[in-house]
Order: sequence, then C-alpha cells, then structure tokens
Amino acid sequence: MTRKQWFLLLGLGVVAPFVLYPVFVMKMLCFALFACAFNLLLGYTGLLSFGHAAFFGGAAYVAGYAVKSWGVPPEIGILIGLGVGAILGAAVGALAIRRQGIYFAMVTLALAQIVYFVAVKAPFTGGEDGLQGIPRGRLFGIVDLNDTMNMYYFVLAIFLLAFWSIARIIDSPFGQVLKAIRENEARALSLGYDVDRFKLLAFVLSAALAGLAGATKALVFQFASLTDVHWTTSGEVVLMTLLGGVGTLFGPMVGAFTVVALHSELSALGSWVTVIIGATFIVCVLVFRRGIVGELQALAQRHFWGRREANEAELAQIEQGSKSKP
Amino acid sequence: MDPFIKSVLSQAMLGLNNGAFYALLSLGLAVIFGLLNIVNFAHGAFYMLGAFLALIGLTQFGGWIGMPELSIGFWWALLLSPLLVGLFGIVIERTMLKRLAGLDHLYGLLLTFGVALVLQGFFGNFYNMAGTPYPGIPPSLRGVVDLGFMYFPKYRLFALLFSLAVCFVTWYAIERTKLGALLRASTENPKLVEAFGVNVPLLVTLTYGFGCALAGLAGVMAAPIYSVSPLMGSEIIIVVFAVVVIGGMGSILGAIVTGLGLGLIEGVVKVLYPPAASLVVFVIMAIVLMVRPSGLFGRE
Repeated sequence: MTRKQWFLLLGLGVVAPFVLYPVFVMKMLCFALFACAFNLLLGYTGLLSFGHAAFFGGAAYVAGYAVKSWGVPPEIGILIGLGVGAILGAAVGALAIRRQGIYFAMVTLALAQIVYFVAVKAPFTGGEDGLQGIPRGRLFGIVDLNDTMNMYYFVLAIFLLAFWSIARIIDSPFGQVLKAIRENEARALSLGYDVDRFKLLAFVLSAALAGLAGATKALVFQFASLTDVHWTTSGEVVLMTLLGGVGTLFGPMVGAFTVVALHSELSALGSWVTVIIGATFIVCVLVFRRGIVGELQALAQRHFWGRREANEAELAQIEQGSKSKP
Repeated sequence: MDPFIKSVLSQAMLGLNNGAFYALLSLGLAVIFGLLNIVNFAHGAFYMLGAFLALIGLTQFGGWIGMPELSIGFWWALLLSPLLVGLFGIVIERTMLKRLAGLDHLYGLLLTFGVALVLQGFFGNFYNMAGTPYPGIPPSLRGVVDLGFMYFPKYRLFALLFSLAVCFVTWYAIERTKLGALLRASTENPKLVEAFGVNVPLLVTLTYGFGCALAGLAGVMAAPIYSVSPLMGSEIIIVVFAVVVIGGMGSILGAIVTGLGLGLIEGVVKVLYPPAASLVVFVIMAIVLMVRPSGLFGRE
C-alpha cells in the first residue's frame, strides 16, 4: 500500500462522519474490518470459511458481557474480543484444516453452528433477546465514548490499525507463503513449508480480527444478538468479500460498504432483501468473479498499461487455485 | 417394559425418521458431488421447495387457476412435486452451473448458496416463518400403529419405510444397473466416457435434476410431520453437511448408513440429555475429524 493511499483512507475516514450518519459509518467500518479479516483467509490463503460469524458474534457476546457485567473498560473489552476470536479460531481451525476445499467450508459451517446453539441456550447471552444495554464506558478512563464523535474516532483508529496490520501481514514473508499455499498447496509443501501450521496461523489471525470487529460492533450498538452468530452473517461476509473483490486489499472494504448500504436502503422490503442478496451472489459468481475492485484494477491495467494478458492469466490461476491441490 | 427403555426406543424411532430424511438428502448431495464436483448448498432449499409445492397444491393452487374445489392430494404431490423440483434443478444446472465448469469448486458452492437465499427469501415473503401445517395426510395413513413399546403414527412409519425404499432403489440403480455404471464411470473419468460416445453433459444435467428431485421428495414427506416453513431447508442442510463430512461423499451406501445412524443417535440423545440433541451431530463430526479426517466411508 502506498503512502498516498494511506492518506486518502485517513482523510476519508476523518471527513466521513460529517457527510454521513456517524453510527452508519461505524457500522460500515465494523463490517469492513470483518470482511478484510475474512479476505485474509479466502483471498490470500485460498480457504473458504463458512463459519466466520462464530468469531464475530462469539467475540461480540463475550466482550459485551465482560464490559457489562464485569465492568471492564472498553479498551480491555475490545482486546477480550480479539482473544476470544483467536481462541475460537484456533479450535475451529485446528479441526477444519484437516479437510480441504469444499469440505473445509462445510466443516467450518457446522462448527460455527455449535457456537450458535451455545449462544441460543447459554444463560449469559439473553437467548432470543440478545445481550442488551452494553455500556460504552470511558476509553482509558478519560474519553467518554457515549459521545458519538469520540466513539467514531475510536472505531476509526481500531479499523485503521487492524487494516494496517492486515496490509503488513499480506506483504510479509509469511503472507507470501500463504499466497504460495493458495496457488499450489502441494508445491508449497514440497518446498518444505509446514503448510498446516501456516494455514492454522492464518485462520487464527483471521478469526482474531473478526473477533475484534465483532467486539467493536457490540460496543458501537451496545448489544450483541443472535444475528451476529447466525450462518447468514457468515454468508454475508463471503458476499462482501466476493462483491468487493477476493484477494484485493481494498475489495472487502468496498464490498462491506456496498452491502451495508444496500441493507439500510432496502430495509423496508423485508424478506425481499434476502432475495436480492442471493441474486447478488449469483450475479457475482456468474459474471463478476473479480468483484468491484478487481474489475476496476483489470480495467485500469487494460487501458493504461496494456497488461491484459498477464492479468487474465493471473485471474485464471486464482480461479483454478485449489483445483491443483490434491 | 421399563419406561426408560421405552422412551429411548420411541425417541430412537422418531430419530430414525429424521435419519431417513438425512439419508435422502445426503444421498442426493453425494450423487451430485460425484458427477458435478459441487456441493449443492441449494439442497435444503429444494427440500423446502418440495414441501411448499405440496402445500400449495393442496390448499392454494386450485384457487389460483379459478377452480377452488381442485386440491392436489398427498399422493399426487409425492409424484409431481419432486418432478417439478427436479425440473427446476435442471434449469439451474443448464443456465448457471454449466458456466462454472473448469472453475474452482468453491464457486459452485457460492452460486448454489445464492440460489438457496433467493428461494428462502421468496417464500419468506408469502408464508409464515414459524411454519404452516400441512393438513393433507391421506386417510389410509392416519392413526397409529402399536409397535409394542410405543404407538407410532402410521404416517411416520410410511415415511420411514418409503424413504428407505427410495434409498435402496437409488443405491441399486447406481451400483447395479448399466446406467449406474455409466454414471460411476463418468464420475471417475468424464472425458474417457465421452470418448465412448456417451452424452456426458446430458448425464450431468439429469443427475443434478435427480439429486434435486430426491430433496424435493424428502420435502413432500417431511411436510405433514414438521410444519412447512421457509427456514426448514437451511435448518436441515447444515446438519446434512455435518452428516456428509462424517460419512464422506465417496460412497452411496455410506451416505445412507450415516444419515440413518446419526438420526438414531440424535433421537437417543434427546432422551439422555435433551439440550445436547441439536449439538450431537456436530460434536460427532468434530470427533470424526480428529480420529479419521477423511470420514467414516471416505476415500481420500
């Protein structure tokens, strides 16, 4: 990521709450972080998890409970969310990486369902009502987060920090190995990389960041609900990533903004929203596999650099990625 | 008889009933996966579609075409509804799934997930999420049968036996007939089979349609037992996915046995420790993954 892009992102983030509703932008940022965390796994490691809501929602519940019932300060609550995401991720990831491709998706979906049932039944989650009335508290004991603008800049800071971490992870040698696994797992293995350890670590990182997003969301909206852990949320984060552009740095962010905006624009339509989300999925898969950012990048390259062929080849490789795996 | 044994046995029977639906659904998933290499996420939605077609046929269809006295009963629904679901599946395969040939298998999963959401949202608009009862059990299947340890509803017994029969016929057709041999050969090496002059793309389409029809059939049979709801498909498909991970999708018989077995276990757990009943399949899946990652009948 270039310095120019960073300043642009920072500038947009600072100005946004003066143009749009701050709470709305905070929701976008939470889901953007969630989608970016998910993309670390799908886009850069080639693993499709259908259970990321477990980390997002699980962390939201635990962090919310800690802040509400134990009275921990918000910054500790957020860190607890990060930790819960990591622990759940380690448990689910360790089982899921034992299977590949399509089975991996089904295993993560099924394991996430355990977290969902726990959230329905456990005494501390509030069952169908969810966990309500989570106080935002004072950041470091000084800054009052009940002030919307204070809360907004806190969320923006979390988002930028996490986004920066993800960008660093992707560009690190570790990230390069992940991409190698995505392209050709067998070859990465034969080159001496302990593929399973890399996959597990990527899974834990992704889950921890998803937990961070969930905990932040719980603080912003002051509640955690069953929707946060439901499989539809897992599906939605897949859609955000796919729509924005799998394996692009900015794609998931764009996708999350689009889906959140779509939801708020169409909220009056009731169940038709599900139909529209489903139809968007179908259209994305059939004609739009590079996503918004991916298509724009391809367009830019085609027009300005004439590198179309190289790019097409790269796309073909990504699409067929896991086919070459055993 | 000891009342505890009695209640275990009765829950086991009810569990077997669910297990028969798991078996029908995972069977369809396994057949489709074998030939198309995609996991059909829409399978639950097709199960729901089957149930809704039966319900609509019984209570609404006559009114729609201006003949309110016309009501399509259970037996006709058992025939027509799977056919319609199968046709719908064929349309989906021809118009959408076909275009994904050669891409990563995950795109098939994502596409069918989208199809599932569209169907679920569509029916969610017109029908109660909490479910609508299906009132059309034929008179010959009403009442109960005395099994010695419990009075078992006749209809449930019918659903169990009929599902088992369908499973057996499907297994026989795939493992013992000429068409089944072609199907298995195409699963192993589609290019070679095509070189022998077999129309493999047609076979693929029909197989997908058949798998979807099985899901529709399960839906029709489930309609009188559970209430018909837009969410019934997504509830069952996640369990069926776990079943498929446990059994492995390599074998038809494996899918049937695993489905029945897990339904049985689920039923028994309902007596022993009720809160765990909805979790037990997933816990078993976790254990199987630890002990035997490729699944009980897997071929990896």
